[in-house]
Amino acid sequence: MSDLYMKTLSEMAGLLQSGEVKVAEAVKDCLSRIEATEPQVKALITVMGEEAMKEAETLDAAGPDANKPLWGVPIVLKDLLATKGTKTTCASKILEDFVPFYDGTAVAKLKEAGAVIIGKSNMDEFAMGSSTENSAFMQTANPWDTDRVPGGSSGGSGATVAAGQCYAALGTDTGGSIRLPASFCGIVGLKPTYGRVSRFGLIAYGSSLDQIGPMTRSVEDSARVLQVIAGHDPKDSTSVDVEVPDYLAALGREDLNGVTIGLPEEYWGEGLDTEVEEACKAAVAKMEALGAKTVPVKLSLTDYAIATYYIIAMAEASSNLSRFDGVRFGHRNKDAEELVDMYTSSRTEGFGDEVQRRIIMGTYVLSSGYYDAYYNKAAKVRRLLREDFDKAFEQCDLIAGPVCPTTAFKAGDKADPLQMYLMDIFTISCNLAGLPGMSLPVGLGKDSGMPVGLQFMGPAFCEDKMLSIAECLERHLDPMPMAAL
Amino acid sequence: MKISPEEVAKVAKLSRLDLPQDKLELFAGQLGDILDYMDKLGELDTENVEPMFSPVKHTTVLRKDEVRKEYSREEVLSNAPKQDGQFFIVPRIV
Repeated sequence: MSDLYMKTLSEMAGLLQSGEVKVAEAVKDCLSRIEATEPQVKALITVMGEEAMKEAETLDAAGPDANKPLWGVPIVLKDLLATKGTKTTCASKILEDFVPFYDGTAVAKLKEAGAVIIGKSNMDEFAMGSSTENSAFMQTANPWDTDRVPGGSSGGSGATVAAGQCYAALGTDTGGSIRLPASFCGIVGLKPTYGRVSRFGLIAYGSSLDQIGPMTRSVEDSARVLQVIAGHDPKDSTSVDVEVPDYLAALGREDLNGVTIGLPEEYWGEGLDTEVEEACKAAVAKMEALGAKTVPVKLSLTDYAIATYYIIAMAEASSNLSRFDGVRFGHRNKDAEELVDMYTSSRTEGFGDEVQRRIIMGTYVLSSGYYDAYYNKAAKVRRLLREDFDKAFEQCDLIAGPVCPTTAFKAGDKADPLQMYLMDIFTISCNLAGLPGMSLPVGLGKDSGMPVGLQFMGPAFCEDKMLSIAECLERHLDPMPMAAL
Repeated sequence: MKISPEEVAKVAKLSRLDLPQDKLELFAGQLGDILDYMDKLGELDTENVEPMFSPVKHTTVLRKDEVRKEYSREEVLSNAPKQDGQFFIVPRIV
């Protein structure tokens, strides 16, 4: 069968279960696609060709298993998810040789569901960035235009799916890191409610914000992957014990009658590129044509979200990254003669500029003289932001808006860190409030020809409703082509 | 808010980082801009607002007090830059 890489995950899962395609064929096809596209895209830090082929042979020998929903499907993981026996680098020199002796819970669940892990994707170092330019190893390119960034920090995961190297990837979203690359690469990215997916085995950046989610080429594919990775995990005290609904059963609605979509004026005003506004407004008009009612809502604290987010995220990062001291794992300076010098020289050599900047900033806002003015203040504003959302959801089922004010920008265009942080204006509030969000591709920008994503945000644990509304809209939009590589 | 290269050096030291002078100066400028931006939170009255540190309510989760061995010593030591099969080895302190 030719062009297997053009299939969606759902189509491929069906072909594998029926025996029309062998797992070895599917894996080989992905590896060929990786070989053909990787020199331009550079999406993967590690390609697990040998292990994946071995796993494919084992699965083929046993035959299809209807109880394993991802049986034989090749999948890529962001390189901050712990994988037993395979390097997990966080795109950092400090973890360049780190090989975990355990699988993260989401990884273990994918394996139990029959998925074949074929690679680990590039990212901004420790998930700190919005462009995947901050990796210690390489810069990932956007498959639609290799002069442009794929978005970050899960840019490798976005690019590998958009390039047809695999059928789905897992990313993580701390301030928009699944939704932004999904929007820039023209794929579906879902950031579940905080606590919906276990973070055990996710190397932490901002512990109260990070969440693992699927990046796929269709909404149905996202539902399939989320179904596998969602659920309570006793190994993660922030994982919430709430029943996981049947996400696939929620799909297939004929129209959007009875659905109310909130349009926050703060997301649709000044600063939004015309091509992004046009594509997103056309998608909202399509929803109205399908029966949805739209209402204006206010998220009046949006302008404060970036400051709040970066204070909290950097504070948590400075604490989380203190574990990298060169004692138990990670890079160690070989010449250090005493302990503190060993810590300092190992960390100075191992961390890149953006990580160092955030650690210093985080330490600063947590220091005794500034704790109340920055960290405590931000934690209070965070509650106000959550209340803002709660009020908005009294009027609507979901909120819709652009993912980002622009389409993918050119590599090197955002050299100033503050300018880069401002790219996250529409995605960050969702993480602070712990709510689910997703990016759905709704077309190409008229000027740039680059993909545009429409963002949905909803109340906690409403992923089933969000997927069902997004899938209905997706079916009524022109099909999103694959990047021509 | 201005932050001097000396202040950056002090915080870097607390963070166990040792940065060259040119980077201290670069970071001082960038962190000053970022702090200026963050200072806009001062516009909001949050006097009676309870801080929110996490979107979920954390409860103290205690597992059963049972001895178990999930990982071997070999596994735990496997990523250490220096070890002797029994312990992590670090430079002498005294």
